[in-house]
Amino acid sequence: MDRRDFLKQCAAGAVALSASEMNLLGVQQPAAVKSKVVVACDPKLRPNGTTIDSGRVYSLLDRGVQSFYGVDNPLQGWKMMVHPGERVALKVNTISWRGLSTNVQVVEAICERLQRAGIKPQDIIIFDRENRELERAGFHLSSDAGRVRCMGTDSVGYEEQPDAFGTVRSKVSRILTRNCDVLINIPLLKDHSEAGITAAMKNMYGVVDNPYRLHDRGCAPGIADLNMLPAIRTKLRLTICDATTACFDGGPSFSPEGTWKYNGVIIARDPVALDYVAWRIIERKRAEQGLNTLRAAGREPRFIGLAADARHQLGTNDPSRISLVEV
Amino acid sequence: MSHGYRRFLASILLVGLVLAAGAGCQRAARKSGSFPASGEVSGWTKTGDTRTFDATNLWRYIDGDAERYLKAGVQSVSTCDYKYEGKTDAVADVYTMTSAEGAGKIFETEPQRNAKPVTMGDDARLYGQSLVFRKGRYLTRIVAYNESPEVQPAILALGRAMAERLEK
Repeated sequence: MDRRDFLKQCAAGAVALSASEMNLLGVQQPAAVKSKVVVACDPKLRPNGTTIDSGRVYSLLDRGVQSFYGVDNPLQGWKMMVHPGERVALKVNTISWRGLSTNVQVVEAICERLQRAGIKPQDIIIFDRENRELERAGFHLSSDAGRVRCMGTDSVGYEEQPDAFGTVRSKVSRILTRNCDVLINIPLLKDHSEAGITAAMKNMYGVVDNPYRLHDRGCAPGIADLNMLPAIRTKLRLTICDATTACFDGGPSFSPEGTWKYNGVIIARDPVALDYVAWRIIERKRAEQGLNTLRAAGREPRFIGLAADARHQLGTNDPSRISLVEV
Repeated sequence: MSHGYRRFLASILLVGLVLAAGAGCQRAARKSGSFPASGEVSGWTKTGDTRTFDATNLWRYIDGDAERYLKAGVQSVSTCDYKYEGKTDAVADVYTMTSAEGAGKIFETEPQRNAKPVTMGDDARLYGQSLVFRKGRYLTRIVAYNESPEVQPAILALGRAMAERLEK
């Protein structure tokens, strides 16, 4: 396929490359190319109202992945996501313990599907900042050969030399720099007292040694600058945002009164488009609850616009360039 | 008064002082430890050690939420895990602020929907599965990880025991 054909297919929607990937490839984006964001929900995810049905988690993810890649069956989609021989890191979010951390069942289902797609278990690594946080969120630590590994960066450390972009100067987790070829981001959908919201891009605060330095001015430009670091930008392949339980107010810490069971996942390659959609979902829920918009609350997520600007070009926040698919 | 008698009186005085000092220390220790031990409050078991984070490493515990506490003058937070009746996990956090105003500032920014005021410390709110109260320069939050009919009275009991232990 030559470049012309490639662009034609893009325009026809046959190849679902996101705007951010087009930028990475140095390809000028035709106006018709949109960043695809799939929102998959299952109102029956919790048959008894509280506990998630594992079987339905698999179906939910399969439906989302199949739709995202526009293929005939889910396995085809998972096989488009990863390739045998690749080492895949899954970045979860466990800082708020079991109350509001990436759901273990969702991660287990993703691991199973990655193996079906040809990834060896030992080539999958689930990680976050600290072993203790992972355990408190219900994950079982493992570094055994032949099994899916699960560990905190505190067990392997950060690079000695920092990477820098704009306001960011941070040491990156060695799990990301040395132990993987592909990063799949599995954040949560949450309100955030500083940034406004946290979903795809903010979750990268958990791969560097000094996130506390990046919260000024509503994390803007901290979040956008951080996502420009080469290890993140070049390895991030997909974001599967766990929105089975989400937070519309009182985040990012677990605040039971500010959470709701959204029973969904949000899938995108373009992290900016995903965060834009996530923001709209949270605003809708806040309006339903009679709460102020995030702008009125003084914490509109400005970082989303900055991530899309000419300096960062991490994706798009222009709704006319986002193809939102709800399944 | 003979020399021996004076020594006897001095010894009695010394023993008395040592006992009084010991009791004082015990009271101080009891006051400074905000977390009831297992069984001290009916049904509650302390399931982990108390961990403390100061202002410089608060982000390790609550990430981006640290900012609003820092702005309100947090000195440290101590946290401890609990379990109720062997099935409901909970976490209790005690934030020590530089002043009562700081504790009040955080308290006022907490969500107020679906909360009911309760009498505890200087001010308190009870939610479906959590409790927040302030007392002097302390702000305490207890969060249960499951919702059930017995959770509210249970966290109220734990909260009252903690409030009693906090200095004004």
